[in-house]
Amino acid sequence: MFKRLLFLLLITAVILGMTGSALADNHEGQYGGTLIYATGADADALDPHMTTLGNSADVIVNVFDGLVRFKSGTTEIEPALATDWEISDDGLEYVFNLREGVQFHDGTPFNAEAVVFDIERQLDPEHPYYLEGSYPYAGFSLGMIDEVTAVDEYTVKFTLENPYAPFLKNLAMFATMIASPEAVKEYGEDIFKNPVGTGAFKFVEWVRDDQITLEANEDYWDGRPYLDELIFTVIPNNQTRLLELENGNVHLMEGLNPTDIERVRENEELELLEAPGLNIGYIALHNEKKPFDNKEVRKAMNYAVNKQEIVDYLMGGQATVAKGPLPPTIWGYDDTLEGYPYDPEMARELLEEAGYGDGFEFTLRTYSAPRSYNPVGARLATAVQQYLSEVGIKANIEQLEWGTYIEEGKAGKHTAAFFGWIADNGDPDNFLNVFFNSDNRGSTNRAFYVNEEVDRLLEEAQQITDEAEREKLYKKVQQIVVDDAPFVFLNHMKMQIPIRTSVKNYVLYPTNNKYFHKVWLEQ
Amino acid sequence: MWGQSAAVPKSLEVRNMFSYILRRLLLLIPLLLAISIVVFLMIHLIPGDPVQIMLGDKGTAEDAQRLRRELGFDQPLHIQYFKFLSNLLQGDLGRSIRNRNPVINEIGAAFPATIELTILSMIFASLIGIAAGIISAIKQYSLIDNLTMVGALLGISMPVFWVGMMLMLVFGSRLGWLPISGRISRMADLDVITNFYLLDSILTGNWAAFRSTFLHLILPAITLATIPVAMIARMTRSTTLEVLNQDYIRTARAKGLPEKVVILKHVLKNALIPVVTIIGLQFGSFLGGAVLTETVFARAGVGRLLINGILGRDFPVIQGAVIFIASFFVFINLIVDILYSYLDPRIHYS
Repeated sequence: MFKRLLFLLLITAVILGMTGSALADNHEGQYGGTLIYATGADADALDPHMTTLGNSADVIVNVFDGLVRFKSGTTEIEPALATDWEISDDGLEYVFNLREGVQFHDGTPFNAEAVVFDIERQLDPEHPYYLEGSYPYAGFSLGMIDEVTAVDEYTVKFTLENPYAPFLKNLAMFATMIASPEAVKEYGEDIFKNPVGTGAFKFVEWVRDDQITLEANEDYWDGRPYLDELIFTVIPNNQTRLLELENGNVHLMEGLNPTDIERVRENEELELLEAPGLNIGYIALHNEKKPFDNKEVRKAMNYAVNKQEIVDYLMGGQATVAKGPLPPTIWGYDDTLEGYPYDPEMARELLEEAGYGDGFEFTLRTYSAPRSYNPVGARLATAVQQYLSEVGIKANIEQLEWGTYIEEGKAGKHTAAFFGWIADNGDPDNFLNVFFNSDNRGSTNRAFYVNEEVDRLLEEAQQITDEAEREKLYKKVQQIVVDDAPFVFLNHMKMQIPIRTSVKNYVLYPTNNKYFHKVWLEQ
Repeated sequence: MWGQSAAVPKSLEVRNMFSYILRRLLLLIPLLLAISIVVFLMIHLIPGDPVQIMLGDKGTAEDAQRLRRELGFDQPLHIQYFKFLSNLLQGDLGRSIRNRNPVINEIGAAFPATIELTILSMIFASLIGIAAGIISAIKQYSLIDNLTMVGALLGISMPVFWVGMMLMLVFGSRLGWLPISGRISRMADLDVITNFYLLDSILTGNWAAFRSTFLHLILPAITLATIPVAMIARMTRSTTLEVLNQDYIRTARAKGLPEKVVILKHVLKNALIPVVTIIGLQFGSFLGGAVLTETVFARAGVGRLLINGILGRDFPVIQGAVIFIASFFVFINLIVDILYSYLDPRIHYS
């Protein structure tokens, strides 16, 4: 009986899979046309390794490919420039078989030598094309590599210093996409504005602070894109950008004012695409400083703040409540978490237990301007201050300029301060290890949280490659840190992209990068 | 014959003019030096570490140290300044911290956009402002005069940002007559030579591009002109009124000249001298207005370059842009001073 059921399931899956792929292959995409995407700010560099900026990454993912890539709309990995790969049992060696016959936009061949060149120019200060201080992501994304070698023309081998399970995810990031070595040699220091990759679109022109133009790569290994031309244009003012979308002069935009959401929804020519983003906004409570060295006090802080009200009203519905450190859409999220619902009574009780029945006073640091994980800037601090005062806690707000704020935040000069995080590679390690590994005190562990068991679990999860096992470990870490409450977990921002209804097949990616390979325009 | 003794011979006049211009140009040097010191001190003393801003949340302390060394920010301030100055004297403004482009290229691309906008806007403001001012003065206390002066008051009082948005809503969205963002149609095909798109389209004989550029200029130019047009109208009105009461106007009328000649030849020429000063000074405020106008209308000009520079603490860009703007402003003032002598023969340069 069981076997037959399994068989039936299998058949269903196969049929579904077939129709799925048939649909994907036969969808009535129309070729041609120019799509214009309006951004709020210009790119800073178009070399994949020389930027951390989202506006740059959006261009880069369309011009370049990585060895692997994210499946459409997910953080799962699928083949790209590598067709398949093998990971050694000790998790130290990654051998990739490369796709044959792929060419860079300048006509030079893509092969193992090109991969080795492009990795080494970021990591090796002795490399002739290494540019001091130019690779902000290299440490994070490739720093664990001990050696990268070309085994033969289409096989490349990475040897890691330590087992590091999120490595594959790193290779799908925009920052590790492969650039043409010949272009690097030709342009030298100016490679940042002359991107040459293997991607679906070729770079045409960059008019500073105005527009970046790309054209279809007719020979793209994964099929020519539907669009003939793709333009990224900068319109700094949110109102102007929306007017241009309504007028039909642009097709897609970022940066919608919360007050304009209804206006977009009511317009029949527009559609609002929404998806939860991979990010979190939180308050780091300095776990080594009084009174936040006391777990009861930290929990009380979490119960005292009405997060639902904050995301619904202050943030205009652009965010969801955070129950823990991970956004719910990430692989490895523990959906059994209860989090800390608004409960001022409980907060008062916990304070009583901790010996702070009369409340206490502390300095709450904030930055001023909105950030991508906090659309209201310093007003968030004022709201939190109000909630805390209702349970007898007096927060004195201190506002600092951003550069100083971050520097002192890393150094731990705050008692409590607002921070946030945006995922790099879609792996839970990129949140949990960043926030809670005691080794990261002084950089990204802004709560100065130390828990030996958490450290051990995080390290173990980095070293094993079995996904199911890793998932168990990360769920355990979430249970522990939510109970320890080193943060006040606040909110996850949604991604909101208004598009014209003539834009078809546009998919939001959790990393929030904009991919246009499969997008087409109804004409 | 009695007036000739006071007149200066033509050749001497020209020589005087040249030495005057030369002296004014030489004066530029200490002025720019002073500006460079002030700008340099200002950007280094206000809070905000460009290195931390560049690295953002994710950089480590070592990254910051390395970058600081790379950019030379680990040196004492006076050494940094002299380095900057010696580079400046060699025409090297450094590279943008934000995007690594040479600052001189950044300015070279952005400045023409602002100049095109400023000049067109100035032409609008002068033509309309002077015409309105003269009509108001001639028809003093009439309905037209009152309406013009209320309009001028409104023009001065309305925020540039708001004017821009209103024009966009009406002429861009409702009526759909004019484009509202960018310098030229995004699909236009223009070979850029000088970065002055109007000039480039003429040079390449690309009339579609010329038309597109011009249309893209209209709304921002009107927006930018609202304050100057009001100031020019008010100034023209008051100086015209003053001139109208002069004896020589009564004489001109008495000798039977047609009113048109009196106004155009006698009144206008004398009334315009202070107006030219105002126009020259307005160029300065134009650059200020350009920051807002360029943001609203998404024009990649020097105003936006400066704002992006300030927000990102991009020191080389701020320094370069301010020095460039200051030089330009001084240069405009020099031209205004020279123009005086044409408008008013009583003014001599010695």
